[in-house]
Amino acid sequence: METNARLTRLASCAGCGAKVGAGTLASLLGDFRTRTDPKLIVGFDKSDDASVYVVNDETALIQTVDFFPPIVDDPYLFGQIAAANAISDVYAMGGEPKLALNVMCVTEAMEEAWIREILRGGYDKAYEAGVIISGGHTIRGSEPLYGLAVTGFARPDQIRRNDAARPGDALILTKPLGVGILATAAKAELAGASLMDKIYRQMATLNRDASRAMQRYRVHGCTDVTGFGLMGHGCEMAQGSGCTLHIQVGKVPFHPEALEMADMGLVPAGAYRNRDFAEGSTRIRGSVSRAMQDILYDPQTSGGLLIAVDERDADALRKEIPGAAIIGYVTEREEWSIVLEA
Amino acid sequence: MERTIDCMGMACPLPVINAKKAIEAFTEDGTLYIKVDNETAVQNLTRLGEHNGFVVSSTRDGEKAFTVTMAVVAGVAKAAAVPAGALSCQTPAGGKVVVLSADTMGTGDEKLGKKLMKAFIFALTSQDEIPAKVICYNTGARLTTVDADTVRDLKILEAAGTTVMTCGTCLDFYGLKEQLQVGIISNMYDIVEAQMTAALVIRP
Repeated sequence: METNARLTRLASCAGCGAKVGAGTLASLLGDFRTRTDPKLIVGFDKSDDASVYVVNDETALIQTVDFFPPIVDDPYLFGQIAAANAISDVYAMGGEPKLALNVMCVTEAMEEAWIREILRGGYDKAYEAGVIISGGHTIRGSEPLYGLAVTGFARPDQIRRNDAARPGDALILTKPLGVGILATAAKAELAGASLMDKIYRQMATLNRDASRAMQRYRVHGCTDVTGFGLMGHGCEMAQGSGCTLHIQVGKVPFHPEALEMADMGLVPAGAYRNRDFAEGSTRIRGSVSRAMQDILYDPQTSGGLLIAVDERDADALRKEIPGAAIIGYVTEREEWSIVLEA
Repeated sequence: MERTIDCMGMACPLPVINAKKAIEAFTEDGTLYIKVDNETAVQNLTRLGEHNGFVVSSTRDGEKAFTVTMAVVAGVAKAAAVPAGALSCQTPAGGKVVVLSADTMGTGDEKLGKKLMKAFIFALTSQDEIPAKVICYNTGARLTTVDADTVRDLKILEAAGTTVMTCGTCLDFYGLKEQLQVGIISNMYDIVEAQMTAALVIRP
């Protein structure tokens, strides 16, 4: 349908750029009383994409929730992107998503038709992923928000945590970076419609095929690259795994248009937060331009998977995932979490 | 000249957009002061100024109050939305060439696509730099013949110096040859040459 919705005008941040920084979160949740359970193999303490509870030898339960303000004006596209982004956390754990609940906030300024289109986008994307939306919760508020709480399942041995990369692994990234910067440029009406069409389609693409391909190879660690950017999520992988990630900057896939936009100062606030979080644990070997660094720190909405795979399988796995690239390798822990190699 | 713009309470990218417009309005060298309330804006404005080659400094006036100062050199403001690399090159003789390969813009609903194409051509007429050539082919041939809105805007571009070219084969195919309202009838040789020698080919 044709709408004149300008959803992004109703939002103060774009997509995953709205995420509270990793450092802030850790201090917010630092010292609460919580119960422990050995069956909860991935909880908050792990900084992973989703929590994982082992039900029995055959089944692990994966739970995650994700929602954000509109990153695109078209309500149907926004719904699809928000759903793909939320479901992605299950794929990043190596699971199959099965059930979901809508999480939604609507404002007075939103027409009923827009709200319906957002939900239609969410339902269509859930359908594509084989997910049943079994309910949800919608409130009124000052800013539009949409996302899903998603439940998935996997055999316990199929779980791929973000803290299990091993020295000798190769690193694969499955979607190009720069979408946060380009979404900011689009808000400034400085990014063309055909470029943004491509960007939104990328955001609405499920990580399902990448996740399923991963099960056929010796993959040790995996995470999806979202609000904390490649550097933030990479840092978490390195620290959790007790390794160092070496990222070969020249091999990282990104949208070249984002370089120019970053140079013009169209960098989302989240990229600066991510830099604050990860820069102190990063060493740059050689020279990496400021704009390229912004792309590495850029918060991604519905970004790709960052996969640590046995080096012998890397090429075969990369070939199974369209658009994926081998971007570096993992070593024993060195002084830094991430080494950027120019 | 001196100018101060107040971007307090504005989240990015608004301060950058406002500063960019202010810079473009400088007719002589001078100083631009931008008041903002967040550090992201300070950093992004610094990037914008340095991107244009200006000397930039910033001060903190309060807990949530900053002033970014740019020594603006008039007439050097860089264009936006040009692919990286194009800026550093000398503009080749061919200039910017806009290719309209259909009477719609983007893929999707046809009615929307037509509306977008009209808006695109209208917006072209209000740019600081107009394209050297506009090439219309396939259903793009309708834009120079039967579509009154786009004919009007393309005439504005033509009057300002743009060469508007429509593919002759396409006019024949759609039976529009007698209805050409603006520009010249062209052939594949010229269409190829215009694109091969262009500094930049723009396809909406």
